[in-house]
Amino acid sequence: MSILVDKNTRVICQGITGKTGLFHSQQCRAYGTPFFGGVTPGKGGTEVDGFPVFDSVDEAVRKTGANCSLIFVPPGGCGDAILEAAAAGITLIVAITEGVPVLDMVRTADVLATKFPKSRLIGPNCPGIITPGIAKIGIMPGYIHKPGPVGLVSKSGTLTYEAAWQLGNVGLGQSTAIGIGGDPIIGTNFIDALTLFEADPQTEAMLMIGEIGGNAEIKAAEFIKASIKKPVAAFIAGQTAPPGKRMGHAGAIISGGSGTAEEKIAALEAAGVVVSRSPADMGKALVEAIAQKKSK
Amino acid sequence: MKIHEYQGKQLFAKAGVATPKGIVARTPDEAAAAFTQLGGPIAVVKSQIHAGGRGKGRFKEHPDQPGVKVVKSADEARDHAKRMLGNTLVTIQTGPEGKQVNTIYVEGGLNIARELYLGVVVDREAGSPVVIMSSEGGVEIEHVAKVSPEKILKESFHAGYGLQPYQARRLAYQLGLNGAAVTSAQTFLPKFCKFFVDNDCSMAEVNPLVVTAEGELVALDAKVTFDDNAMFRHKDFAELRDLSEENEFEVRAGNAGLSYVKLDGNIGCLVNGAGLAMSTMDLIKLHGGEPANFLDVGGGANVQQVTEAFSIILADKHVKAVLVNIFGGIMKCDTIVTALLSAYDTVGFTVPLVVRLEGTNVEIARKMLADSGRKIIAATDLTDAAQKVVATLKA
Repeated sequence: MSILVDKNTRVICQGITGKTGLFHSQQCRAYGTPFFGGVTPGKGGTEVDGFPVFDSVDEAVRKTGANCSLIFVPPGGCGDAILEAAAAGITLIVAITEGVPVLDMVRTADVLATKFPKSRLIGPNCPGIITPGIAKIGIMPGYIHKPGPVGLVSKSGTLTYEAAWQLGNVGLGQSTAIGIGGDPIIGTNFIDALTLFEADPQTEAMLMIGEIGGNAEIKAAEFIKASIKKPVAAFIAGQTAPPGKRMGHAGAIISGGSGTAEEKIAALEAAGVVVSRSPADMGKALVEAIAQKKSK
Repeated sequence: MKIHEYQGKQLFAKAGVATPKGIVARTPDEAAAAFTQLGGPIAVVKSQIHAGGRGKGRFKEHPDQPGVKVVKSADEARDHAKRMLGNTLVTIQTGPEGKQVNTIYVEGGLNIARELYLGVVVDREAGSPVVIMSSEGGVEIEHVAKVSPEKILKESFHAGYGLQPYQARRLAYQLGLNGAAVTSAQTFLPKFCKFFVDNDCSMAEVNPLVVTAEGELVALDAKVTFDDNAMFRHKDFAELRDLSEENEFEVRAGNAGLSYVKLDGNIGCLVNGAGLAMSTMDLIKLHGGEPANFLDVGGGANVQQVTEAFSIILADKHVKAVLVNIFGGIMKCDTIVTALLSAYDTVGFTVPLVVRLEGTNVEIARKMLADSGRKIIAATDLTDAAQKVVATLKA
């Protein structure tokens, strides 16, 4: 088992004729992801590297039975692409695009919630989602992720690769790894992912990687305390970040003294989560979290 | 992107948000002329820098001169402008180094009855913009939030429909406004929220928002920050940017497509990915070092970007060692090493360089580094990298 992605997932790419969109569509296909083509308005009826191209998501869905879309369109068109996918009945939308205006996401998230509650958005500004051995829908290097019992959820891309690699070193693979993205407004948050992992029989433990900015990690800590039975370990990036400065991700900023790593770490520890202080010890922290649960 | 108060007020005026009359001055004589032109018995001379706390702030060159001053004559306006222009204003928000004042704004006086706080930001949790108001005008909102959180009022609004009049009335009544002030709030607040949305702001703050004796709401201050990601649809805002207010290396990094933030330590770092870059700083600190910067070269780092990244890091004279931490994913490690070696030679390294690589093609990349003949210290993992780079400082 896994979450969100399984053998019935049928993927298309919005923005498949762009350089990045095509490259990653090829990579996903090479990984074994069931990939059925893509969408670029105005280029319908053509083909790129064996992928059929459609004018609209609606057409792609009708002709391929796609239920998942991987989005690589430029930032200004990302909100529109997400809504087009939702309107066409796509149930899993993975938006990789970085640099989407915040108010675009405010409007997009509002329409998704009110008009298309059956569509789940992951991202934007994220590496995507992978169920090792089954499907990779995103830009992560597939070989780092091995199948296994850990549910991995993270705001960051390369830090997720680092975590997956460390998990591999302690002999733990992942049921599914989700990059939820580093923007202020995102489709799937920590609590959504933790809920799905808690219900997934393959997932035995969870590793959560957060960072400074906002209070999603604190909300997640409250949720873990109340509703999560499986062991959880965490790491929070940005313990040394200065206030008021945006650290790469649009959402990674300590504003008005809140959103610090310190307060997030304290909240998670109070919820019984094993928090690694060093990014080098994420794998070890998870092993410790599992051992702690067993001894109780 | 931040803009100056006077620029914010000019944009407010365009959006129908009431502001006092004001005139920009860049010389003491212009300040005197502005006073005369405004025609009032009093005016306010205000230093223009991208930081708050100006009224309480003082100048390095003139320790008695505040950053904002009420004046009663053209001569007085000229005198204060003389002590402000070209000098360095230190406020609680500028840090001890302060900021140079190059522009002042001379504003007409108002008959002030009350001072309130008004701000609009995007509430991440609610996923919508939110109006924040308080009866404590002129006080930092963070301070009010700590000391008397019950005085903070919040009203979320829909980004498409805007703040509704009933919401504005609700805020007005909660703030204890009455009569003409409620009517004024009912037009002022929705217009202010529309300004926020139409201009893709990430923050718009008016502190204080004044209620005049006549019951009119007027923006006495303007602190506006735009969403950098939305600037592609506001091309005209480029001319509002004041590069003298920004760190020159952060500007250079931005132009090269790098994300860089200068810090106070002495270990420079170059990392791919924002989360890993933040973690690398944390790691350095954890092992007893101090990071000199945050630098994310992004996913597709090429030779030009890595070269520019190294030269920005090394231009900081405090930097005594550099740590490169790369987790090669789609961007293969050997590609990164090719860029690293080329940049290393171009820049001319004089401080120790520690490199930690992991990920795709790492074996080839490590061999390339070892065979390169350059004085590069290879690290096996994250902890090893941090220990080695901190050790170079002690050697």
